[in-house]
Amino acid sequence: MTHLDGNALAGLFADTLGIDITAAIGRCGSCHRVIELARAHAFVTAIGAVLRCEHCQGVLAVIVHKPREVLANLSGLAHIVIARL
Amino acid sequence: MTSPVRASWHVGRVASRRRETTSAVRLELDVPTWPGNPAGAHLDVRLTAPDGYQATRSYSVASSGPTTRVTLAVDELPSGEVSPYLVHQLADGDELEVHGPLGHYFVWTPTEPDRSPVQLIAGGSGVVPLFAMAVAREREADHADFRLLYSVRTPEDVFFAEELSALSKTVVDVVHTRRSPTGSPRPPGRLTPESFAEFVFPATSTPRIFVCGPTPFVETIAHWLLKLGHDPNRIRTERFGGSG
Amino acid sequence: MPVINSGFGSRRGAGNPRLPPGQTLVDDWPVLTAGLTPDIGTHEWTFTITTETGAEHGWDWNALQNVGVEDIITDIHCVTHWSKLDMAWRGVPLDRLFEDVETSCDYVMVRSDGGYTTNLPLADLLEGQAWIATEAEGVALTPEHGGPARLLVPHLYFWKSAKWVRGMRMMPSDEPGFWEQNGYHLRGDPWREERYW
Repeated sequence: MTHLDGNALAGLFADTLGIDITAAIGRCGSCHRVIELARAHAFVTAIGAVLRCEHCQGVLAVIVHKPREVLANLSGLAHIVIARL
Repeated sequence: MTSPVRASWHVGRVASRRRETTSAVRLELDVPTWPGNPAGAHLDVRLTAPDGYQATRSYSVASSGPTTRVTLAVDELPSGEVSPYLVHQLADGDELEVHGPLGHYFVWTPTEPDRSPVQLIAGGSGVVPLFAMAVAREREADHADFRLLYSVRTPEDVFFAEELSALSKTVVDVVHTRRSPTGSPRPPGRLTPESFAEFVFPATSTPRIFVCGPTPFVETIAHWLLKLGHDPNRIRTERFGGSG
Repeated sequence: MPVINSGFGSRRGAGNPRLPPGQTLVDDWPVLTAGLTPDIGTHEWTFTITTETGAEHGWDWNALQNVGVEDIITDIHCVTHWSKLDMAWRGVPLDRLFEDVETSCDYVMVRSDGGYTTNLPLADLLEGQAWIATEAEGVALTPEHGGPARLLVPHLYFWKSAKWVRGMRMMPSDEPGFWEQNGYHLRGDPWREERYW
């Protein structure tokens, strides 16, 4: 299957963390490039969503839905910058 | 709609539904708590089965502005879980949980100060958010020049056909890849780098570009745009795909 | 209180004793992935077992074939609730590959092309329970399903059957691999519905 982009994770991030990642910029923890998260590669299937750096394929974030909670692993992002609403 | 609004969950009710293409329906939802949405935004639809099982999928919103009437166009993926339900089983008056508005990257707003030309490029059902942008442009007396290049397989696969032909502020070019309308001067065929270049603003006019469709389509178009000299920072893409 | 969409979800069945709890039988073979599909030819493929002392045991494609490929008919169960019964596979038993491996470690970290990892007790890989699989449903394993070779451990949830398998590293304790770090159970026994932490 081919990948999607960060737009596909907008709902997941908004629901879990209350942030709009389509408007966010981040620094990849692997290659250190600054990236627009809407352009990152998103692999979204029933087991979980994985967001990868479009340049180095390093994992930026993983989101997994468990029955009563959502796990959001952002350890692959050195930081994110989101515009204030 | 000038500033981003926080996404939240809403309950909508189906106000109307109609067949849009051979495989898609147009749904109009009444969502009393909807705060409005910018053109190009999307929402998540969540279905809950009687036994509690849930599935969520994203759909672009075809409407925009400060309205509580939200229009969706849902294409059925035969092996999908959610789209067959929305296309075949959802009825007038049914309730639907939606989460949004989502997405502030792939949007066009009339308050946009940049008046450079806007190039919209759609593959199949990827036209939905771009249609929303063209309709938003239609409401403005004076703004950027808009062009929409829309690639579909056959005339029956065109979304919003009537509305597209009535647009006066967007130049619409529909390219049929498998079968053209009868009497059409253009034989069917996929876009090529050469034919593509005829339908888009030249790089010298520094257009803002929005591309939406299946991932392979988006990546091919993006590649061609870069070869034509367009600035990658002025190209925004939204890939459709996934499990339906 | 979510809205209930009556009529949704009625494709999902229940009541088959061969299905672990919460599973539904499917006819197709869904593809789930966490990254780009690697493109590795059999001419460049290798598989290496590395012990805690650094000793390496390696096979290239021909060497793997020469160990002996056998037929397997088995059920597989994905943590995302789908199952396939009586699937035909062909692969090399891990028992054969571990014959000369000397280790005092009880756990294994499996690694794949593209960086995917998953952890397992060694005991779950032996005694006829696991293979390096090269064919499924009568044809060579396609890249989207993990080809040229994937791990096949059908008695555990299928995320443990690592696609694009390239190696195993012995470890003294059960360290979590990719999905196990992100909410999924360390062992993943479908009959005990060990899906999440």
